[in-house]
Amino acid sequence: MQELLSLFVKSIFVENMIFAYFLGMCSYLAVSKKVETAVGLGAAVIFVLAVTVPLNQLLDRYVLQPGALAWMGADFAGVDLSFLSFIMFIAVVASVVQLVEMIVEKFAPALYGALGIFLPLIAVNCSILGAALFMQERQYNTAESVVYAVGSGVGWFLAIVAIAAIREKMRYSNVPAPLRGLGITFILTGLMGMAFMSFMGIKL
Amino acid sequence: MKAARSFFDSVRPHFEKGGKWEKFYPAYDAFETFAFVPGHTAHSGAHVRDAIDLKRTMVTVIFAMIPCLLFGMYNVGLQHFRALGQPDAAFLDMFLFGALKVMPMVVVSYAVGLGIEFAFAIVKKHSINEGYLVSGMLIPLIMPVDIPLWMVAVSTVFAVVIGKEVFGGTGMNILNPALTARAFAFFAYPSWMSGDKVWVNTSGGTVVDGYSGSTILGNLAVTGKAGVGYADWSMAEMVIGTIPGSIGETSKIAVAIGAFILLWTGIASWRIMLMSALGALSMGLIFNAFSGIVPSPEMQGYLGIPFWQHLIIGSWAFATVFMATDPVSGAQTNTGKLWYGFLIGFFGIMIRVFNPAYPEGMMLAILLMNVFAPLIDHYVIEANVRKRLKRVQPVPAKA
Repeated sequence: MQELLSLFVKSIFVENMIFAYFLGMCSYLAVSKKVETAVGLGAAVIFVLAVTVPLNQLLDRYVLQPGALAWMGADFAGVDLSFLSFIMFIAVVASVVQLVEMIVEKFAPALYGALGIFLPLIAVNCSILGAALFMQERQYNTAESVVYAVGSGVGWFLAIVAIAAIREKMRYSNVPAPLRGLGITFILTGLMGMAFMSFMGIKL
Repeated sequence: MKAARSFFDSVRPHFEKGGKWEKFYPAYDAFETFAFVPGHTAHSGAHVRDAIDLKRTMVTVIFAMIPCLLFGMYNVGLQHFRALGQPDAAFLDMFLFGALKVMPMVVVSYAVGLGIEFAFAIVKKHSINEGYLVSGMLIPLIMPVDIPLWMVAVSTVFAVVIGKEVFGGTGMNILNPALTARAFAFFAYPSWMSGDKVWVNTSGGTVVDGYSGSTILGNLAVTGKAGVGYADWSMAEMVIGTIPGSIGETSKIAVAIGAFILLWTGIASWRIMLMSALGALSMGLIFNAFSGIVPSPEMQGYLGIPFWQHLIIGSWAFATVFMATDPVSGAQTNTGKLWYGFLIGFFGIMIRVFNPAYPEGMMLAILLMNVFAPLIDHYVIEANVRKRLKRVQPVPAKA
């Protein structure tokens, strides 16, 4: 129990997807102009992560790992399908994103319009595939992968919501012309990363 | 007074349109408005004229920091002579030694920072921003005494250019510039900003046997010793401030004088200070409650420090009074200030105890909350909007 709790805190703050690994930057930069939209996208990312990472974990354990097919009989014990990891993980992610897209379109059409192309693009959001690959590399079990997925989702959510609030405030700033838009956002992300370094090195 | 006025009036034509130094009008304007409250008012609409403009505000904060600066100079000398085994050196010797160490840092910080501000103002053709007056004093106060001057200069450049000017100058920065400078120096030159060699100047002599120049928190992070004495220091010394540490932060009495000035003049927010204290105390209480449960004895000792002592060890007091209350990078709404202050105290003590890499957590806690302050404000305003919308909801007509 304690381990799961510390994994959760670690994946939110210490190993923050944005500020520690700089994963999922494209939608983070593009959809962070308004807090409401950022909250929507952040929630969608949490949901997609929470569903796909455990699914991929099961897939990895029972299909892809070397020897994972042993449950089908002794003939399959030697099969190693791990070269299919990337494509299988992406297939799972893409199908879950399709599902999310349909749900959002049905129940929150305004948000659907605001997110635009970035909702289907969650499928190729690096933080989603990144979380699945971290899960595979670190050999998380099912419980751990659920906690890890929700944690990294919450970390990503916090990052995008915080930068969206800052950018709303910065609308009144007189930023030098060459830096307006993405330039200042990159600088801002770097400075925020510096503030998040407060958590690096915490042992839990 | 009159002489100054007539001097400004006599050189003014050179800087106005058509004068030979026309380009440097912002520089002239900065000095004139620093000496005299400017006479111009808003061009249209209703406005209130108050003698307390931004420059006067900044100068009040600088006055509030002077006790810390003076005590810092004395303490630099005191620690130096103690380390060399001459604790009975004359007061004036200590003070002069410290002043010779600290003043160059102040001069470098102001020269570099204001130089950049002047350059930006001249290029962008706006009047010079006053914001740097306070940051320029804070930067030397939060550095260790032994840091080379060029590092002070480089971190100042980073803080002013990347931390402030690219966002549009004073009033637009997201992070506190002084803390940005310190964080930059901390991550870029860690060996000059932490450990037990940098806090006390030991040049020109041999150090007495068994001497350690580490700060109290530095000690605690290594040994986790509990109890009042933390190795060598008594409670009274921590309050008075005759302990190693960054230049300006050691004396809690000097900080209290500054806090009094800031609160009395109404320049700093009492909400942030009060809630930061509450946040630090509640984190301390949580730690106290857990100190019996954790397995490792070191952690037990550190968690078991009486909760109120977190307020007098380390830089909690200085950071809360002078940096958490920064009106630009902090939360702007009153409710937001309560949350912002509370979380600064809370995270500051948490990072200090939990993160062995950073014995002092206040710097990073404030930077972290600077990042989240706009978000807090956003939701405070949203809640207010919702509350007021509810109030205007039409009452259904009675049948």
